[in-house]
Amino acid sequence: MEELVNLFHGFAVALQPFNIMVMVLGIVLGVIIGVLPGLGGANGVAILLPLTFSMPPTSAIIMLSCIYWGALFGGAITSVLFNIPGEPWSVATTFDGYPMAQQGKAGEALTAAFTSSFVGALFAVAMITLVAPLVASFALQFGPAEKFAVYFLAFCSFVGLSKEPPFKTIAAMMIGFALAAVGLDSITGQLRLTFGFTELLNGFDFLIAVIGLFGIGEILLTMEEGLAFRGGNAKINLRVVLQTWKELPKYWMTSLRSCFIGCWMGVTPAGATPASFMSYGIAKRVAKNGKNFGKGEIEGVVAPETAAHAAGTAALLPMLSLGVPGSPTAAVLLGGLLIWGLQPGPMLFVEQKEFVWGLIASMYLGNIVGLLVVLTCVPIFAAILRVPFSIIAPLILVLCAIGAYSVHSSTFDVMLMLVFGVIGYLLKKCNYPLAPLVLAIVLGDKAEEAFRQSLLGSQGSLGVFLSNPLVSTIMILGLIALFWSVIQEGYTRLRSAVA
Amino acid sequence: MTTGSSSNTGPTHKLVEAGVTLLIALFGVIVIVGSLKAGINWGAEGPRAGFFPFYIGLFIVASSAINLWNGMREGNDRLFAEWGQLRQVLSVVIPTAIYVGAMPFIGLYVASIIFIAWFMRWLGKYRWLTVLAVAFGMPIVTYFIFERWFMVPLPKGPVEEWLGI
Repeated sequence: MEELVNLFHGFAVALQPFNIMVMVLGIVLGVIIGVLPGLGGANGVAILLPLTFSMPPTSAIIMLSCIYWGALFGGAITSVLFNIPGEPWSVATTFDGYPMAQQGKAGEALTAAFTSSFVGALFAVAMITLVAPLVASFALQFGPAEKFAVYFLAFCSFVGLSKEPPFKTIAAMMIGFALAAVGLDSITGQLRLTFGFTELLNGFDFLIAVIGLFGIGEILLTMEEGLAFRGGNAKINLRVVLQTWKELPKYWMTSLRSCFIGCWMGVTPAGATPASFMSYGIAKRVAKNGKNFGKGEIEGVVAPETAAHAAGTAALLPMLSLGVPGSPTAAVLLGGLLIWGLQPGPMLFVEQKEFVWGLIASMYLGNIVGLLVVLTCVPIFAAILRVPFSIIAPLILVLCAIGAYSVHSSTFDVMLMLVFGVIGYLLKKCNYPLAPLVLAIVLGDKAEEAFRQSLLGSQGSLGVFLSNPLVSTIMILGLIALFWSVIQEGYTRLRSAVA
Repeated sequence: MTTGSSSNTGPTHKLVEAGVTLLIALFGVIVIVGSLKAGINWGAEGPRAGFFPFYIGLFIVASSAINLWNGMREGNDRLFAEWGQLRQVLSVVIPTAIYVGAMPFIGLYVASIIFIAWFMRWLGKYRWLTVLAVAFGMPIVTYFIFERWFMVPLPKGPVEEWLGI
């Protein structure tokens, strides 16, 4: 009940005219980011973060989270119209969305995609509203060992659930931890890994890493692959929208299942990409018309879009309640909170009630605004894609430079961004996942602090991580997640041996 | 856009991947050396500053060794990228490096105008009118959005000083 009262207070905050303006601006910028090749949600939020420095924290986070929703919506436009997934989680949407567009049903496909995204997000926000306060109050009892165990679980999930080779995921993650360790040690106040360079005193800012790895790296990949835009026209009118909406309730089961898959994958934190593939795969297997999937089935658009948006939204649950972001974009948002002096985690629900509930309320409103904006403005956004890459690429590069400079007003950071860009290009081409690297830069300090404090309390004994049922359970879950692929393989072998 | 290359040669994936893995391992070694300097044992305040990064460094070196072993065992000889594609990538990296390097001396605005104009004219082969419109338009929009409305100062050079911006 108290949550409902808080939520209504949140709506009062989110419905202030300035915040609504910020919401619309965020959605529009987000869709543009989602549509443009080479700019993703995490990178877009990182570049635009400086724009929010002069705003009150609640408005700032509303704008940033709306950029996030917008980017999630934008990915669907390019997938359906151009067969170019703007984001990795939109890949599964191309399977049926693009064939639909080729059959002249682009309007139906886009309406289905946007509506499903909206349903997925709404389901996840409702889940956050109900669950996040409980998780947060539970997490208030956590000591350093429990905190470290939660970080351990989050990182192990990345290794176990990633589609990249596990040792590459570990290497990428450890690079992130090492970069986070550079500079002043927060416990002893001692300098480390700076090798006499004064520029490294403050360590590596994760925003610079995000802009370089995701923004510049992606531009370099696009330059290498060469890109030709050829897309159908997108005509969405009220008749098409209403007709599609009439048809969508038929797929309520697919929708509901995708919502659950998305929420689970978003929290764990496997992320939106595996969620969309898994949801598509299961829908294909279960649906009556499963063999038509890939030829332009509307259900093949509903399943991945619902799951991707539910996962993208659910990724904010651990960020708000535990301080562990479920996705790179959530990590950038977490970084934003830290910049404004807000400490994400259980205490946020106690100390910054207005902020948390304002944000949660804005998730509801932001998605409604998002749905309206994308349904009415698709032709404009699709037109952006027809601007040739040789005009868009330098503009994105300049925007990246501005974003990187604005973080600390330092041109050294801009150089660092370019170095990260080249590293991102090489790592991505060699199958190293970038998301765990970024998350490790963000969480490295906190994970290390929790680890060292736990060891200090136990006089150096690692037994502290198995000292009570709570911490042992989380650590064991972490180990299961770490060895998930091995366990799965063993189980399959055992089953085939028995059969 | 096309890649503009007809050649089918280039560095193999195996070779580049081995190089990247060795660089990561080298980074791991640097982390280990730095951690040893900071102290990796137990101090008055518990584990010392180098304790955590030391083990991180060990993890990096160990996982790189396994990645190198796995990469070498793979029997494929596909290309990492064709030379033409790599040239295309370098045609962005090198000018961006010059752009970034020039920024502290001539400011962000002038550097951006030259960079955008060069990119559009050289890679995109646009008419000068279009080139100038975008090259000047973008920094002007940037100025208003970042500096005027959101009060985020951007680096300036002698031209901005002369203009009194």
